[in-house]
Amino acid sequence: METKRTTFPSKTLPYALVMPQLLITLVFFIWPTWQAVQSSFLREDPFGLASTFVGLLHYQRLFQDPLYLDAIGRTALFAVAVTVLSMGMGLLLAVAVSRLVRSANAYSTLLLWPYAVAPVVAGILWWFMFNSSSGILPYMLSFFGVDWNHKLNGTQAMILVIVAASWKQVSYNFLFFLAGLQSVPQSLTEAAAIDGAGPVKRFFTIVLPLLSPTTFFLFIVNVNYTMFDTFGTIDATTQGGPNQATNILVYKVYADGFIGLNLGSSSAQSVVLMLFVIGLTFLQFRYVERRVQY
Amino acid sequence: MAPIKISQVKKTYQGNVTAIHGLDLDIEDGEMVVLVGPSGCGKSTLLRMIAGLETITDGTISIGGEVVNRKEPAERDVAMVFQNYALYPHMSVRQNLEYGLKNRGTPREEIDRRVNEAARVLEIAPFLERKPRQLSGGQRQRVAMGRAIVRQPKAFLFDEPLSNLDAKLRGQMRIEIRRLQRSLKTTSVYVTHDQLEAMTLADRLVVMNAGRIEQVGKPIELYDRPASLFVAGFIGSPPMNLFKLEALSRVTGQDLSTTLPENTDIVGIRPDRIEAGRGAGLHMFGVVELIEPVGGESHLYVRAEGLDQAVIIVVEGPSTLSEGEVLDFVLPLSALHPFNTATGRRTD
Repeated sequence: METKRTTFPSKTLPYALVMPQLLITLVFFIWPTWQAVQSSFLREDPFGLASTFVGLLHYQRLFQDPLYLDAIGRTALFAVAVTVLSMGMGLLLAVAVSRLVRSANAYSTLLLWPYAVAPVVAGILWWFMFNSSSGILPYMLSFFGVDWNHKLNGTQAMILVIVAASWKQVSYNFLFFLAGLQSVPQSLTEAAAIDGAGPVKRFFTIVLPLLSPTTFFLFIVNVNYTMFDTFGTIDATTQGGPNQATNILVYKVYADGFIGLNLGSSSAQSVVLMLFVIGLTFLQFRYVERRVQY
Repeated sequence: MAPIKISQVKKTYQGNVTAIHGLDLDIEDGEMVVLVGPSGCGKSTLLRMIAGLETITDGTISIGGEVVNRKEPAERDVAMVFQNYALYPHMSVRQNLEYGLKNRGTPREEIDRRVNEAARVLEIAPFLERKPRQLSGGQRQRVAMGRAIVRQPKAFLFDEPLSNLDAKLRGQMRIEIRRLQRSLKTTSVYVTHDQLEAMTLADRLVVMNAGRIEQVGKPIELYDRPASLFVAGFIGSPPMNLFKLEALSRVTGQDLSTTLPENTDIVGIRPDRIEAGRGAGLHMFGVVELIEPVGGESHLYVRAEGLDQAVIIVVEGPSTLSEGEVLDFVLPLSALHPFNTATGRRTD
């Protein structure tokens, strides 16, 4: 593909132009990452006055710790549930809106609003609605014989954080799926209709395969979101409880580091989490993208 | 294979834009009918209504004696070739051809037989395992044709299928479509804005304008005896010369009002019916402004004094004239087409 090339008169100007972005990345990403990697090999004394090099001790302990191993399984469940739920809902809404003619813009705008809500605020909203003593949802669920109390019931707590984390992500997925749907040429679905495929069959044999680049992209984004960006949601709703039921990896990094003050282990955990996401993204790009059509 | 009957069909879009005004057309079994007209004349809309991709506001369309107004495209048993081919990009050529048959639950052996037969006829057998993006425009066109013929439908619908091809390929494919349609004897409706394509492909030609049919007939009938000013101007290349009667009378110094039918105020003549030199008919002369040599013939644009447009004359072979020369020419009376501007119709 031919790209437009710009020639700069001086050699320093291009570097000066990328400098602000580089500085931001350096200060807010590279430097903290480096510090985390560094402190994952160190043990701090209780007063923060001295630190000792302990090698891979934190990592060794981590993978022998049943609490940590449980958290991995829990995170996997959480990630899969949030990704499936938010992508499924996003796709469903996008398909519904793409069938509208005149009101499509109004619906799109309204459906995008949740994305502007901060994770913590979203968490608090759901926490209010699911509040076992004053929330509207437990009140309604009580008519169906469901006794909702996510402070005691771990499963219910997990459902709460999954719903809260998915809610705002639905908007994001909706937007991308809508754009994806609009880029599927109308003549293809028309050709399929003439070829004898009903609406459902058309969707699954023509539209969905052609959406696979979008689906693939959203899959990565959503998994990364559940791994990194859900701290606020958890912190505002369940704080990892009850009895570790919603303590996922990213929350455990915070809880062990800032509440438990075990900075070494916390750093090691964040490095593991980072490596995991890097690995996952790499694998996805390497193997899944090949099978993506179009 | 089936006749298609269109009666009193109307199409009105939201906001009361009428695309088609009460149109009647009978297409016989095995016939190839070409709908031709300028863009926006409603020809594609009509085709899409036959296919079931547009709703019918009023009137009925029947295929094989059965009213299909309320039927889904799938139930109408027609096949369509789209302008952009609309091949499924994620499927191989073979899967593209099989898709319609699989959806209808055709047995596996029958699918293979038909796909192989279509691949042989269209010479696409070597590409069966390729994806559409790996094919050239002409090959994609063949696959689109193949997808239509494997279905063995009641009718083929073509929506400007050749307009994305270059001129040479378009000529080849035109001949192939004609040959294929003749051998399969499947009722076909073909939409185009290219009048040459329309003339050469059609058993019967339907000229449409602004949602109405201007004229229906064999291509040569429409050429020889256009029923309206619109058809006269649309069919034929270079287009028919149209002169105001009073201007023509003034220039030639002959009173034509008695020789031509009543109410005639415009007269047309095909560029190839004008004869250079002097002879029987309306004698005129003018300065040759431009000569377009197109090979076997040449198009002369002649400026005659008193006429506000150039007269187009087609002469055989390369012209011996040069630009700026004065040319004498004759319009034979028998070659004149008389029209009336107000009604737009022929007057004889």
